Amino acid sequence: MIIPLRISPARLNSAFVNQVEQISAQKMLACYQCGNCSAGCPVADHMDILPNQIIRMVQLGMREQLINSKAIWTCVSCLTCNSRCPKNVRIAEVIEAVREIVLRTNQRQDYLRITELSPEAMVTLPPIALISSMRKLTS
Amino acid sequence: MRLSYFPGCTLKSHARNCDDSTFAAMACLGMEIKELDRWNCCGTVHGLASDDLIHRLAPITNLIRVKEEGANTFTTSCAMCYNTLKRANRQVREDQAALAVINDFLSLENTKYAGDVEVVHLLEILRDQIGFEKLAKQVKKPLKGLRVACYYGCLLVRPKEIAIDNLENPQIMDHLITALGATAIPFSLRTECCGAYHTVAQPEIIAGRTNRIITAAAEQGADMIAVSCPLCAHNLDHRQADAKNLAPGFHHLPVLYFTQLMAIALGCESSVLRFDLNYIDPQPALMRFGLN
Repeated sequence: MIIPLRISPARLNSAFVNQVEQISAQKMLACYQCGNCSAGCPVADHMDILPNQIIRMVQLGMREQLINSKAIWTCVSCLTCNSRCPKNVRIAEVIEAVREIVLRTNQRQDYLRITELSPEAMVTLPPIALISSMRKLTS
Repeated sequence: MRLSYFPGCTLKSHARNCDDSTFAAMACLGMEIKELDRWNCCGTVHGLASDDLIHRLAPITNLIRVKEEGANTFTTSCAMCYNTLKRANRQVREDQAALAVINDFLSLENTKYAGDVEVVHLLEILRDQIGFEKLAKQVKKPLKGLRVACYYGCLLVRPKEIAIDNLENPQIMDHLITALGATAIPFSLRTECCGAYHTVAQPEIIAGRTNRIITAAAEQGADMIAVSCPLCAHNLDHRQADAKNLAPGFHHLPVLYFTQLMAIALGCESSVLRFDLNYIDPQPALMRFGLN
């Protein structure tokens, strides 16, 4: 994926970067891209953008690519990344912040389509699964 | 210590095999536990947004209920309920402003919460209040020869601040299994995520996780997996059919709650085991060791 990017102070200090830092309570520039987070992520195989790449893209203010990514919804906050980061950056919080930006703004588009769940699924799936998916994937 | 037991929503429905065996096992150990009155769902996940206070209401309400019963310690067998309650409790203990907002919102409650309830997982009660040596002496049917791989998943050990044991190499469940007479089998993926709520809309992710986790345990010679979380149990047990479809060479293993293993070893009545709620039938494996 080759993305031509114009780096400018406007991009690096954008509202998006500030929002992510505020919601996650993390400093993006603390990350030095060691890759421990991505190496430990149990669902990395299913991500279009890896955890360390997500941080890098937030650093660069790449809002469109992040809010349209699959990866932010693949993360389940298992906190393996947080537990491995040598700079104590909470990557899981950063990814949650991007999800929150999607869920709290614009049309508040739910990632999980609850109405599309079959009646059978609603009965066979345990409450813990249904509630946690609705909490994380809907507004 | 005045204990209040919290089952959580899933233990009262899909995971009655955990709830029933918890009550029976604790009674066998001479520590009758009392279920918290008027408990509500803990909310499952601890939201990570720094401004998220509304999702702390459900856990804090439960802690108010504990206080109302005159108890000072909240315990549960469910790893997710433990994790969510513990983190909410930590937050309000560390952030008085957040606690004030929550109490203000819950102003219709008769009791304000002051951060004075302890939250402990049942495994901690077994280790710290009863002690594994004392527990071992009460075993009637030692699980001799049974090789059990203890799967901790995420919520018992992450984040580090609330871990019930060492984050990278937890032993607490393994020590329990040893006290019950079984052989604890370490394996590489004991703290690796099962895929959690992807079981709802992306079960193919669970199929991959279950395949890797169960296979890693089977390769070390495990006869069964022990778990503490009903979501892990659902993924690692009920989704084994999906794992088999993904990897035809997949080897099925039964998945039991640690409380079911306790109930067997302590000689509890078999009706509390509720194996009808386990997907892979544990009975063939148990019969091989004369434990049915």
